[in-house]
Amino acid sequence: MDLLQTTLCSPKCPEQLQFLCAAILRERSPADSLSLSWDHVQSSQQLSLVASVLLAQGDKKEEVRSVGQHAFRVLESRQPEGPSLRHLLPVLSKVTHLAPHTLHEDQTNLLSKRLVEWLRYASVQQGVAHTSGGFFSTPRARQPGPVTEVDGAVATDFFTVLSTGQHFTEDQWLNVQAFSMLRAWLVHSGPQGPSAPDAGDRSEPEGSTLSVLSAASTASRLRPPRERLRDKAFEYCQRLVEQSTRRALRRGDADLQKACLVEAVLVLDTLCRQDPSFLYRTLSCLKALHVRLCGDPARARALLPIAQFFLSHGEAAAVDSEAILQHLFTRVPCELFHSPMLAFEFVRFCGDSLPLFGRNLDILKRSFPNLFKLLAWNSPPLTSEFVALLPWLVDASTAVEMLHALLDLPCLTAALDLQLRLSPAASERPLWDTSLRNPSCLEASRDPEFQALLQHLLRAKASGTVQRLAPLHQLLQPMTSCARVVQCAEAVPTLLQAFFSAVSQFADGALTNQLVLVLLERRDSLYQVPQYEARVHRVLSSQLLALCALHPSLVVDLAKELLEFVGSVSSVHSREAMLAAVAWAVGEYLSVSWDRRCTVEQITRFFEALEALLFEVTQSRPSAALPKCPPQVIAVLMTTLTKLASRSQDLIPRVSLFLSKMRTLAQSPAPSPVHGEEDAGAICTRATELLTLLKMPSVAQFVLTPSAEVSEPRYHRDANTALPLALRTVSRLVEKEAGLLPG
Amino acid sequence: MWTCSQPIVQRRQLVMGQKCPPGAMVHAFLIHTLRAPQAQDTGLCRVLYSCVFGAENSPDDPRPHGAERDRLLRKEQILAVARQVESMCRLQQQASGRTLMDLQPQSSDEPVPLHEAPLGAFRLAAGDPFQEPRTVVWLGVLSLGFALVLDAHENLLLAEGTLRLLARLLLDHLRLLTPSTNLLLRADRIEGILARFLPHGQLLFLNDQFVQGLEKEFSAAWPR
Repeated sequence: MDLLQTTLCSPKCPEQLQFLCAAILRERSPADSLSLSWDHVQSSQQLSLVASVLLAQGDKKEEVRSVGQHAFRVLESRQPEGPSLRHLLPVLSKVTHLAPHTLHEDQTNLLSKRLVEWLRYASVQQGVAHTSGGFFSTPRARQPGPVTEVDGAVATDFFTVLSTGQHFTEDQWLNVQAFSMLRAWLVHSGPQGPSAPDAGDRSEPEGSTLSVLSAASTASRLRPPRERLRDKAFEYCQRLVEQSTRRALRRGDADLQKACLVEAVLVLDTLCRQDPSFLYRTLSCLKALHVRLCGDPARARALLPIAQFFLSHGEAAAVDSEAILQHLFTRVPCELFHSPMLAFEFVRFCGDSLPLFGRNLDILKRSFPNLFKLLAWNSPPLTSEFVALLPWLVDASTAVEMLHALLDLPCLTAALDLQLRLSPAASERPLWDTSLRNPSCLEASRDPEFQALLQHLLRAKASGTVQRLAPLHQLLQPMTSCARVVQCAEAVPTLLQAFFSAVSQFADGALTNQLVLVLLERRDSLYQVPQYEARVHRVLSSQLLALCALHPSLVVDLAKELLEFVGSVSSVHSREAMLAAVAWAVGEYLSVSWDRRCTVEQITRFFEALEALLFEVTQSRPSAALPKCPPQVIAVLMTTLTKLASRSQDLIPRVSLFLSKMRTLAQSPAPSPVHGEEDAGAICTRATELLTLLKMPSVAQFVLTPSAEVSEPRYHRDANTALPLALRTVSRLVEKEAGLLPG
Repeated sequence: MWTCSQPIVQRRQLVMGQKCPPGAMVHAFLIHTLRAPQAQDTGLCRVLYSCVFGAENSPDDPRPHGAERDRLLRKEQILAVARQVESMCRLQQQASGRTLMDLQPQSSDEPVPLHEAPLGAFRLAAGDPFQEPRTVVWLGVLSLGFALVLDAHENLLLAEGTLRLLARLLLDHLRLLTPSTNLLLRADRIEGILARFLPHGQLLFLNDQFVQGLEKEFSAAWPR
């Protein structure tokens, strides 16, 4: 360790060795035995390396503060044009980032002043080449020319990051670094510093004092460094916006222009927050920029910070941000859903700006079909973002449509893939899944009938209507093996959970009824991606029970539909989860204690339907097409029948007969082709328990249809009403009775 | 002058509520292995190089913990990021029906077409694995993954550009594509590149000419 430290600090050490020592020391951080001192540090590059080691220690011994203080001392002592301040600025930036409270006011002012100089007054002449001799070096140094813009023209104004040349001077370097750290520095040195998170109340008077000061100051008195920095930053951003209209000659520069645009808007946003006097000038500039960018899909990502700017400041400036948001939400996802970075930034913009939407939240909610396009195409990175976003998107008026859209999400992925294949190829590389060549549905999808359905699926806004997309599911069947579709299908159960937990916060009885109807209807009308149906059924069945628990009267409201469901289930295969859930819900909630409208006829009708179903299930022999019914479902059906019988006691004899038949069947010595031994044993036990209960009808009613007080602990502690006590009493009585009977 | 009212101040609080200010700062840079999407799950994802710029403040843990534990924690965090990047890259490649080997240039002289390399971003929630919420931008080139771990509110266009630039420089100067190169032994060169192009984690707005200038400086200081 000591050797490394000494080598690092020694003045004659070659650069490579210094870097290596620093890297090793950093790798071993945090280290208790580190003892670097500033005494031997000669060049600012060494300082930077030493700082990197110290900053990696985790700030246990206030290393960050000491680095910052030392760096500022160097800054103060050097001339502004001194060599190699280049290595210092990133250190200062990092210190500000890690420990902003360690800087004094005058240090902040000093750096602000220097930044003003570097940003605005960097040289506009190109630098001189650092050639050291050579055979053909001319005795007269060649005069360097002026810097150029990215399109080759001579620079018209001050130097910025978008100015180019053959070689660069030191201050031009500092210009680049200064802009790179500008936004962080503005935030740090603004009236609302990050070190005082609850300074929100104090920021207003502070800010107004500053602006009073600036208004009162005359031209002869210099404004405070912060204000001057803001002015220069504003000019710099405006210049960048103007420079971004030029057509860059190189691809790297074109990419940089886009990044600069985004940064310029973000800096302007920060400036307007700190000093609203910039607002009016900024608004006109950004409105013009927005118009320019609307027609340029390559720069669509820059629309996002602009939209955020208008959301933050629109109200203060009495500007309607609605038009901008409409354009953003309607056009951008449709055209650019296939770009993973845009999709990510778009969704992040939605999530981050939620508090700012205000009146415009409606636009966000109505645009959920477009947002789902981003999700359908890029499901792995965006699923967790959407789980957080869904509670804000869900609305009583669109909940049913959204549920359908979520269930059809994998189908949407397939449709988007198809759309890309059919559209005239604009880009060099195919954007769709290239492992699947020319799916057969490509031609068929041009049929007008399918076109109408496709248009509905690919709509941009919530339409308020629901269309049955079953024909489309069939059409797009060849695409169910696409990896992208499968990935989307895997994400849907999570999203459904998030949806239901959001909806149940505010859903009333009517909405719950509608949602349950959707669940019942869609159970067998899903896009057939492998394993998708099974996973969705699991979620839907648990959600069905949750919804019933919230609004028990829906069992009576939807009695007709539920009855239809039970009656229509011809084979239990792949419907087990839903069937079990429906049967359980009926058993729990179809009683007068939950809803006064429940009639004996209803109970009887359900009983008959369930009895017929159970009979069919147990009598039919399993085959390849109809695998055996799981014992859980049989148990649930038996229990439900018993519960219903306990409420309408005429049915008790029928049920008892049925149950004893079940028990005989399960106990039969012949190896049952229907159930294994364990399963048969379980069914037998359950049948016996139910039969025993039914021998004492009033107890059965008490056990199987408990009143609402059962959730109170008193119910279970009170010796007179406790359930276990009652059950024990019953069993003892029944056993005694059985013992008295002969045989 | 001040037309804003209390709600706007509150909104400002909400949006700027993050503890650390934004501003083109990278928390960590890493290079790791990427296995082909169709390959069996043999072997683990290995982190070949990582650099954390400044340390996160250690979590408020009342138990006394040594430096060793902090170091291990940092390694674990980086490995967690690498694994997530690998799975994201694999999913994206599967979804587009391509393999990473599609990027292989015809001859070793041609540059790898980095603009067509898979690139993506995802968010890491607070506490998982870093204390603060962070964003990861990643790039997959043949069998290597490059990733930048950023603060949650960053200029992603700039990060993307920087990542491509770093990948290009590392591929060129370390000749990563020739079979005999051993990345692990050349970490000092990586340090040299990072010190110039991503000093202390600061993302820089470098136009093409600046990049060329820096590259010349680097080649002069670190001869091949």
